Amino acid sequence: MAKWLNDTGSEKDVVVSTRIRMARNLEGYRFPHGMSMEESEELTHEILNTMKNFSGNGDYRFIKMNNLSPIDKMAFIEGHVISPGLIQKPDYSSFLLRNDENVTIMINEEDHLRIQSILPGLNFQGGWELCNEIDDFLEENLDFAFHGDFGYLTCCPTNAGTGLRASVMIHIPSIVLTGYANSLVQGLNKIGLAVRGIYGEGSKAVGNLYQVSNQTTLGDKEEIIIEKLNNIIHQIIIKERTARNTLLGTKKDELEDKIFRSLGLLKHSRVMNSKEAMVHLSNLRLGREMGIIEDMEYDDITKLIIQIQPASIQKDIGEDLSKDERDIKRAELLRKRI
Amino acid sequence: MLCQNCNQNNATVHYTKIINGEVDELHLCEECSKGIDDFDASFSFHKLLTGLIDSVQAEPIERQDDDIKCKFCGLGYREFKKTGRFGCPDCYNSFKSRLIPLLNGIHGHNTHIGKVPKRANQEIVKRREIDRLRNELDILVREEAFEKAAVLRDRIRELEGQLGRE
Ligand SMILES: [Zn+2]
Ligand SMILES: [Zn+2]
Repeated sequence: MAKWLNDTGSEKDVVVSTRIRMARNLEGYRFPHGMSMEESEELTHEILNTMKNFSGNGDYRFIKMNNLSPIDKMAFIEGHVISPGLIQKPDYSSFLLRNDENVTIMINEEDHLRIQSILPGLNFQGGWELCNEIDDFLEENLDFAFHGDFGYLTCCPTNAGTGLRASVMIHIPSIVLTGYANSLVQGLNKIGLAVRGIYGEGSKAVGNLYQVSNQTTLGDKEEIIIEKLNNIIHQIIIKERTARNTLLGTKKDELEDKIFRSLGLLKHSRVMNSKEAMVHLSNLRLGREMGIIEDMEYDDITKLIIQIQPASIQKDIGEDLSKDERDIKRAELLRKRI
Repeated sequence: MLCQNCNQNNATVHYTKIINGEVDELHLCEECSKGIDDFDASFSFHKLLTGLIDSVQAEPIERQDDDIKCKFCGLGYREFKKTGRFGCPDCYNSFKSRLIPLLNGIHGHNTHIGKVPKRANQEIVKRREIDRLRNELDILVREEAFEKAAVLRDRIRELEGQLGRE
């Protein structure tokens, strides 16, 4: 579970993970939403045949969506290894997963190919290189749908051009606590970045976790898209650290109390739902960020955030559990690990 | 309606990719929808997008026989307007004239300047190279570095010659 959290990456006091995704399509096939079963099989075959000869970065295993149980599918989604779009047409969809789970090549999501890398912390360069290496190899061996003016052709025009979506998951409790979250989100939207809470609905982000990504994919070079986003993330990092210091200066006792109460609940509860767990794990991470809690690594906390999600719990236990049973197992897991 | 993932619980969370359309929606129960972090932005863009297509195409409602169809997959432009999704890569060629304002609306640009696949038409690569060399040439001429400029000029002629033959 969440193997990709491998203790690398920088700026981890704010940035949880970095993801790069490239959308690619093959000439001569309809897009997945309208293709026939034969077309899908032929396309999958062509891609797999090509990937067989890929001697680049590491070993891949091939997984068909309809060979996975619902729990396995959701556990992959919770672990950010595949995107939810991949479960829509399970008879058509599959993916290649690198052994360390840092790279996934999704077949027949919205596009024929979605090449994804996910790395801990802030690491655009590393993620871009991983995806680009695969893309370079594939484009030498497959006919990618490409247009001189419009670039890489995708199923939805919102992805056309570079087909590139770069995103980071950030944990910004201090910005939230000092009341700047809304204006940050608005500011980012204004300069063309998409921001959303990762857990929870609408703008109510549970656990202070947000995802920031580029909204447009056409008109800039890939490196520029990434560099622009990288610059903004660095500004957010500074903002969060400043807000954190402000809080430490003005509300230290209050914060310590909040963090240690969460720690107590995580260590001793017997029943806990995922929302409550998220809140306390976020406080635990805040404690780590403030230097109040020292004996847990950032990646361990991120792993827990993934492992307490409903499907991941059931996968860990190895059986289907009711919601009440899950809440008990979740508390058990947290007691064991914290 | 049952959850599309587990087929057990009632689906209470609905993700819609299409506004007026077909089956392409994702219905999940609350449990299965948890932890979903990335509808790849396109989910949230779609509503915005179909609205945008309408605002960009401000012309009066076309008659049925005005509909352009993709030569490869047969998708009509009307259908694309409804769903915000193309049927195949060839749709971009078939709908080309209407796409420029649309892409401008979405991205603020209509021309890709990034990566070009190695197997793609060499013409694109050469044209870009010519553009780049012309810019360089301008600078050299301004700096009165005529010898270097002459070399560049030859290289540009050579590339243009290659393009002419293709
Ligand atoms: Zn379900
Ligand atoms: Zn088409």
